[in-house]
Amino acid sequence: MARPLVATKPPQDSTVDETVEAPRRRRLGRRRALQGWLYASPTALMVGLFFLVPLVLVGWMSLHRWPLLGEPELNFPDNYAGVADNDLIADAAWFTAKYTVVITVLLFVLAFGLALLVQRRRRGVGFFRTAFILPMAVGFASASLLFLGMLSDEIGPINKFVASLGLIDGYTSWTSGSPNSALGSAILLVLWRFAGFMMLILLTGLQAIPLELYEAARVDGASRWQTFRQVTLPLMRPTIALVLTLMITGSLLAFDQFWILTRGGPDNSTTSLVMVIYREAFVRLDLGSAAGISVLLLLVLVVFNVVQLGVLRRRSR
Amino acid sequence: MINRITGAALAILFLFPLLWSGWASVRTDSGFGFENYTRLFTEDGGIGFQQIWNSVVVSALTVAGTLLVSTLGGYAFGRFRFPGRDVLFLLTLAILMVPYATILIALYVLLGWLGLDDSLVGLSLVLIMFQLPFSLFMMRNSFEAIPKELEESALVDGCTTFTALTRILLRVVRPGLVTVSLFAFLVSWNEFFAPLILLNSTDQFTMTLAVVNMRTATHGSIDYAALEAGVVVMAVPCLLLFAFMQRSYVRGFMSGALRG
Repeated sequence: MARPLVATKPPQDSTVDETVEAPRRRRLGRRRALQGWLYASPTALMVGLFFLVPLVLVGWMSLHRWPLLGEPELNFPDNYAGVADNDLIADAAWFTAKYTVVITVLLFVLAFGLALLVQRRRRGVGFFRTAFILPMAVGFASASLLFLGMLSDEIGPINKFVASLGLIDGYTSWTSGSPNSALGSAILLVLWRFAGFMMLILLTGLQAIPLELYEAARVDGASRWQTFRQVTLPLMRPTIALVLTLMITGSLLAFDQFWILTRGGPDNSTTSLVMVIYREAFVRLDLGSAAGISVLLLLVLVVFNVVQLGVLRRRSR
Repeated sequence: MINRITGAALAILFLFPLLWSGWASVRTDSGFGFENYTRLFTEDGGIGFQQIWNSVVVSALTVAGTLLVSTLGGYAFGRFRFPGRDVLFLLTLAILMVPYATILIALYVLLGWLGLDDSLVGLSLVLIMFQLPFSLFMMRNSFEAIPKELEESALVDGCTTFTALTRILLRVVRPGLVTVSLFAFLVSWNEFFAPLILLNSTDQFTMTLAVVNMRTATHGSIDYAALEAGVVVMAVPCLLLFAFMQRSYVRGFMSGALRG
């Protein structure tokens, strides 16, 4: 690395052979840099135009009264003040937080269980893995429609089955009957759709643990539980952190499952924050207010991610 | 043994919804048949040729665009040093940190200014942007893994950096390209929230949007059987691709793209 540093000195002060070498190399380096920029320019354009500009714009919009049609005008801090005294937003925020906790715990336990189950290559394990990750191939919106039909009282098999056990009278609507059954339906759907995906990520972490460590634990006479606590869990920490981040971020932004499966009901009891953003923008036609909620949600997520990254870094040291 | 039984029971539970939707989609009052599919394709508000075409266009544009941007970008980040390189790379990864649901309102306004409101091209551009962090990371790793000598010998043989890319390096990074295309296709084919916000008129709707619309636009009874037919039509291309390319899919994870 020292050589190029010397070569970048002004040629006048240098010795003879460096005056020949240095400008040539510098020219070459500059040309490489220019070419690199050229190849990176589509990326720069996409990131700049469709990520950075909207990021600034959403902040700018949140400072304005911004109707869907018509001229925006400055009204800071009305959009933010509006968030504070809007009951629907408070309810949605509370519901979203509750949903996030429930889903994160259940999905994590299920996905980790599945990963441990299919960790070692045995007969049948390939089939199990495929069965668990196959739901990933179905789009989330399609999966929501699938569950809507499956849980319906018209063509759904679940209702018929439960009714045949004599537990219900046959006209129960799981997806809109009561707040709890609506939430339960959404949870079932998310577990089915995402458990395999999370399992796959956890599996990459599990397989990165050297087999010798398990051997050593066995030789030391550690029980299965002790091995899990003292070998598997500590070494899985970065992967677990990644999976939890994905789950929490995904749940805080929940939309499809509630929009399609429960329509936010009954009585707005399953209305998530992103649903409120949509409603502010395209039902109440108030883009400024929608932008205000977006900015707040965005700040929560960025702070969460930064804290998460910090924790991850400190631990992996 | 207990593991095997638990695994089998869980596998059946996971496969059940898929099998059931296939069964429900051909189940009719009188037995089995394709009436549900006929209703799906002929009813007002169902899906027509236009919606299928729109989905194909959006997927094709997104896959092509993602490949183009991430291949050139991956080449740049993997093999060149230039000022601003690290900043740009971090900014691209930051797209993951700022989830798209929060900036879609602004993208809606921005696309309107660009004259791309209610347009499949505008939607595709947004989807390409969402795909960039993953695909750029993937392609940068692929290019970094190529031995330096391969590119150098091509340059000595009189290739420019661009012809070295198109004639030699592209062939080497093909597994990366396959994985990137697969992910881009699955996401763009299935995406719901972005088209919901960015597309307004029904003749611009993608299939996902049109099928969901059959559920959300009706206030009366929902035609569940036709919905399940829609689910099958949507899912079959993905399941087929998945069956053929499961290896590249899983490799996408294993190659470290998601190892944090």
